[in-house]
Amino acid sequence: MSYRPTIVAFLCNWCAYTGADLAGTSRLHYAPNIRIIRVMCSGRVEPTFILKAFQQGADGVLVCGCHPGDCHYHEGNYKCLRRFKLIQKYVDQMGIEKDRLRLEWISASEGQQFAELVNNMTKTLLLLGPVKIQRSLEVQHLKQ
Amino acid sequence: MSDSSIPNPKIKLAVYWGSACGGCCVSVLDTHEKLLDIVNAADLVFWPIAMDIKYKDVEAMADQSIDLTLFNGAVRNSENKHMAEVLRKKSKVLVAYGACAYMGGIPGLANFHSREEIFKRVYEESESTLNPDKVRPVEEFEVKEGVLKIPEFFNDVYTLNQVVDVDYFIPGCPPQSERLVEVFTAVITGIGLPPKGSVVGALEKTNCDECLRKKTDNKVIKRFYRPWEIEDDKETCFLEQGVICMGPATRGGCGVRCVTGHSPCRGCYGPPPNSTDPGAKMMSSIGTMIDADSPEEIDEIIETIVDPAGLFYRFSLPGSILGRKVL
Ligand code: SF4
Ligand code: SF4
Ligand code: FES
Repeated sequence: MSYRPTIVAFLCNWCAYTGADLAGTSRLHYAPNIRIIRVMCSGRVEPTFILKAFQQGADGVLVCGCHPGDCHYHEGNYKCLRRFKLIQKYVDQMGIEKDRLRLEWISASEGQQFAELVNNMTKTLLLLGPVKIQRSLEVQHLKQ
Repeated sequence: MSDSSIPNPKIKLAVYWGSACGGCCVSVLDTHEKLLDIVNAADLVFWPIAMDIKYKDVEAMADQSIDLTLFNGAVRNSENKHMAEVLRKKSKVLVAYGACAYMGGIPGLANFHSREEIFKRVYEESESTLNPDKVRPVEEFEVKEGVLKIPEFFNDVYTLNQVVDVDYFIPGCPPQSERLVEVFTAVITGIGLPPKGSVVGALEKTNCDECLRKKTDNKVIKRFYRPWEIEDDKETCFLEQGVICMGPATRGGCGVRCVTGHSPCRGCYGPPPNSTDPGAKMMSSIGTMIDADSPEEIDEIIETIVDPAGLFYRFSLPGSILGRKVL
């Protein structure tokens, strides 16, 4: 079976999700590899969400929020950025390639940018190949 | 051995170590004079640190004939796995006792490496190794008396629950002995035992809720320090002094004993209820305390956390969401 990367994307309701919606309503063609999860704010994205996504087989995880200064809840995207930087360092230590995890700011009018971002990330993941995390774990097989 | 004329027959108790340091077994002895109460209420049927009973004797016991087994240590090799399976079968109640059985513990840090990396280091590269032929241990070796066998060393370290079904978990490295007495009493009386799968002998709150150091809600951190880099004022919350303390991501129950002794908590009691991954919880808490808005400044601050993976998952790597380093 040929490899089709899966991207799990957490998009904030107010900017990024609306931007993704715009990409759709403008009938832009972009890679169908993304699975979007809408959250109220990028500040809601807990490290657990990202780790769980990888554990359950996501080849890439994308977090998108409003541009700095534009967060509907003022500070959420800054909180997100700080956590993101930390988890990025952790994920890197765990041997998951840095490019599999991205944080980008998308405004409600940036449908085009969103489509390009998904295309770009899909391309990168195609080059990287499937995430190796499940293969390196015997854990699942031990308990009958 | 139980005498039917005694109305309350003694319960049968086993204590076993998998991949462990021995500290958990010692913590059982640390119940001091309460140990006598335990011995009064229980027949110890198997306890390798204290009694000479062979595996084959345990294998010969009837299924479900042990009332309570405290299994400490992680599962690192096929011997640990075999005994976990045997004891699961023979025991009515199987408890993962201590951080290693519960989350993988210190031996679980080996999941940052592969079996090959570990063998290469130990049998070829370490400063004290002289092994020009690069001899490695083999699982089976033929001698004229027969075949010698040693256990298989797994690539991964596992928690007990990843290998067999576990009834209860008692956290701690090692668990506080007072907690053991409480749990033991609950098991023999059957009173106050929570549903299967619960963490027992610990609190529902975090260590921060229990900690007496001065703290504010608005923690802001400009840089992190390793404990030896600053002089602890002995009264302000470690995190507020910039020293990473696992308190917010750790279940209470130990009496915050490290912080009381002026050392930051390292998280041996595992994550608090409703969170499965102590590191994720910790990253979530301290991520928001970082006092910077620009990506560069944030990077600089995070640079001062030397080894987040090793620090946040010191006792819990095998039981964490990712479980091991990707190979
Ligand atoms: S972070 Fe550590 S020192 Fe601070 S309140 Fe929590 S347990 Fe106490
Ligand atoms: S303070 Fe933390 S590291 Fe120390 S015993 Fe308690 S839970 Fe374990
Ligand atoms: S609402 Fe978009 S990042 Fe907060």
